[in-house]
Amino acid sequence: METIKDNSFFYRRLHSLLGIIPLGLFILEHFFTNSFAMQGSTVFNDKIVFFATLPYLIVIEIVFIFIPLLIHGIYGLYIVYTGQANQIQQSYYRNWMYLIQRVTGVILLFYIGWHVWTTRLSALFYGKEVSFDMMHKMLASPLVFWWMLLGVVLVAFHFANGIWSFSIVWGITIGPKAQKRMGYFTMGLFVILAVVGVRALYAFL
Amino acid sequence: MTNTIRFKIKRQDSPDSSPYWQEFEIPYKAGHNVVSALMVIRETPVTRDGKKVKPVVWECNCMEEVCGACTMLINGEVKQSCSALIDDLDQPIVLEPMSKFPVVRDLMVDRNRMFENLKKSKAWVDIDGSWDIHEGAPRISQEEWDRTYIFSRCITCGSCLEVCPQFDKDNDFMGAQIIAQVYLKNTHPTGKFKSADRLHALMGKGGIAECGNAQNCVEVCPKEIPLTTAIGDVGRQVTFQVLKDWFGK
Repeated sequence: METIKDNSFFYRRLHSLLGIIPLGLFILEHFFTNSFAMQGSTVFNDKIVFFATLPYLIVIEIVFIFIPLLIHGIYGLYIVYTGQANQIQQSYYRNWMYLIQRVTGVILLFYIGWHVWTTRLSALFYGKEVSFDMMHKMLASPLVFWWMLLGVVLVAFHFANGIWSFSIVWGITIGPKAQKRMGYFTMGLFVILAVVGVRALYAFL
Repeated sequence: MTNTIRFKIKRQDSPDSSPYWQEFEIPYKAGHNVVSALMVIRETPVTRDGKKVKPVVWECNCMEEVCGACTMLINGEVKQSCSALIDDLDQPIVLEPMSKFPVVRDLMVDRNRMFENLKKSKAWVDIDGSWDIHEGAPRISQEEWDRTYIFSRCITCGSCLEVCPQFDKDNDFMGAQIIAQVYLKNTHPTGKFKSADRLHALMGKGGIAECGNAQNCVEVCPKEIPLTTAIGDVGRQVTFQVLKDWFGK
């Protein structure tokens, strides 16, 4: 029987899986937790303390967030490199989604790199306190506010549309009808996630 | 109605030389298709500005859109030139060779990669015995036939690959054509004995994982093969194959 000599299949499927578990689940948790900001600074800061005092926090962060982010981001860049967009010749809806998924992915690599640095790593290295007040001060700059708004909307899209292609890759949605239904579901999820994320962002203002 | 038919044709003298454009004009005749018009040009290969040139080279065979040989870019869209009717096309009609395959000469490309990939993925059905095996031909239910027959209509034209953003001259991706043929052969009562081999071929370099789900393939397939359904189904087969490979032994 034929044996497999190449690892690209494994990496590609790993990239696909990591996008949902754990990264997608983390996005859901992250958007939800940030929504506590709508109930004021005390409630939000309590949640920050809850997460900051989790046992094995650094292990959880490295294994379930940092490493998956790096693999998904770097291999994602490689996937972008392997493709050649052809929207001008083939202007179909799904072909546009193919391109947007890649463009949002590349922008998010910069956005998440910046976000992780400003709100986590710099706190870790320089002992900066992460709190409602810190976010409030950061978001006072219109540039930061619009940059974060863009990041929230793009990550909502990239995750939602990622579920659509994940479902085909792993063989959950096979036929065109199932894929169309999944298309409606994921675009609905995109809108809901974007609204939740943007409302949380506004709560810090 | 114009009384001439104008062509702008991308020409290339050899696989390594650079391409150039030439324009041709022939008298209008009702019912012309691109192949019959190219035949008229071949009779008197003179460009619009009166220069006598070498006749345009292209491939064609069946003249009824079942062999795939005459596939080329017609006004930027990948089509079989035998079934591309002049009356349906804007003029000047721009003819180019397919961009994802090496050009042999003018509009003729080398599509051998598709046949090599059929071999790589074992996309055939082994005979069930060259001797008498005391069994009748394997049975296929009407429902299964309804679902799978259309995949046997593939003419290996390469249209699905031409429009695929993941299929490129310089990479190994096998593309929708192969995935659809693996789907067909894996459903066949005799062919399914080799399913694992075919799936393993698609789990290797250039296999199904390279698909980016842009789904252009299914939009342009001239035989209306549900290519993306095959990609989804083979994706599921591969998922189960991974489970068998990892946890089954």
